[in-house]
Amino acid sequence: MNPLLTFATARRVLAQLRNDPRTVALLLVTPVVLVALMKWVYLDQDRVFQRIGVPLVGIFPMTSMFLVTSITMLRERTTGTLERLLTTPLAKLDLLGGYALAFGAVAVLQGALTSAVAFGLLGLDVEGPLLAVVVLAVVNALLGTSMGLLVSAFANSEFQAVQFMPVFLMPQILLCGLIAPRAAMAPALEALSNVLPMTYAYDALSRVAGGEGFSGNVASDTLVLAVASLLALALGAATLRRRTE
Amino acid sequence: MTEPAISIHHLRVVRGGNEVLHNLDLDIEPGVITGLLGPSGCGKTTMMRAIVGVQKVASGQVTVLGQPAGSSSLRAKVGYVTQAPSVYEDLSIEANLHYFARLYGVPTGRATAALEAVGLSEHSTKLVRQLSGGQRARASLASALLASPEVLILDEPTVGLDPVLRAELWATFHQLAGDGATLLVSSHVMDEAERCDRLVLMREGAILAHCPPRQLLADTGASTVEDAFLSLVRKPGVAV
Repeated sequence: MNPLLTFATARRVLAQLRNDPRTVALLLVTPVVLVALMKWVYLDQDRVFQRIGVPLVGIFPMTSMFLVTSITMLRERTTGTLERLLTTPLAKLDLLGGYALAFGAVAVLQGALTSAVAFGLLGLDVEGPLLAVVVLAVVNALLGTSMGLLVSAFANSEFQAVQFMPVFLMPQILLCGLIAPRAAMAPALEALSNVLPMTYAYDALSRVAGGEGFSGNVASDTLVLAVASLLALALGAATLRRRTE
Repeated sequence: MTEPAISIHHLRVVRGGNEVLHNLDLDIEPGVITGLLGPSGCGKTTMMRAIVGVQKVASGQVTVLGQPAGSSSLRAKVGYVTQAPSVYEDLSIEANLHYFARLYGVPTGRATAALEAVGLSEHSTKLVRQLSGGQRARASLASALLASPEVLILDEPTVGLDPVLRAELWATFHQLAGDGATLLVSSHVMDEAERCDRLVLMREGAILAHCPPRQLLADTGASTVEDAFLSLVRKPGVAV
């Protein structure tokens, strides 16, 4: 691995995004609009807004980075640039690291903007440290990025890649505790939710919303998310075969 | 003969259950342009992919500059330009070249000369997606030229280019070979054969002939490479 090549790759990915201002606008504005919409929907039920607001701000980056990454990586595979990259001195980990770095940077921007609007303008409250929400948003975005890199290996077209979003993420959203408390679920579903990374993202964010800081359960949840990211990244690296048929 | 730049021994490649390269043996001389000619589907691209180390091979060895093909020590020394342009559509030509320069660890300033060599200097700030097919192919070629690789594998680099540009690119290739680089250039247009120092004629996953163009014509008594190819196909016993 060579940090220079990792940075060069991150820079290239960001330059590609910069040439696509509409995607950047969608990435930054969509979560803000959704939080505002939620505020409006629950205008008379502030308790509900408070309960699901913070987790949503922190989890949204996972879904958007998952989509963006799986499509960009699929393009690398289908347009031949991936094969070309693998004939250059670039290591697989440099490539994956470059993606993680670039989309991590976008996630910082996205998380900061959404947080500023949600906490500054829309009256969303977080009892714990605000920084913890942004950090969790970035960790979740990195998890989304590594999962996106992984699933891109199983998609042959952009249609398929887009469909992986509901396949991989919707069940996690349903089971993570956001829609219904996990303790009230059928035991099989609760057991399943225990192995889904988003459960830990939701748990950490709702704890921060309730006043906990970066210690105890929040720290261990974050560790689980980080390990899940690395695992997905390692599996993703294994799908990047230098030699193909 | 000096140590070959590329050495292929008993190479067999199977794709989708079919054997597409049958026990190939080939030594490519260093510092010259070898043209790889044959009808489309004869295995030219598969052989080139094996040389750059991205092709799964069933058996046999491919050695490049004394190292097994695809070794990490070779990646800065071997340039590969695929038939379909492999550059980023949503980046400018210049940004593409700068990225590949960084990957090869050469100064980004080399982009200027590479763009000049492929005749794209005036378009350097254009996004690749705004370019024509031929321009994209040249942008892809420039991204490999800037690394000044010791071995350059070019898969149909001149398809769809106008004759003037084609002549200029061949002049560039000869200059690179003159500086010591080894070039393997594939084409399915037989009229490009005369521009090569050596020819490799392929058909259906096998090598029909490997010699200088003049010798090929002399040995087959044909007046063009195309006729020579036909006579070799009709009389597979002809030894060259």
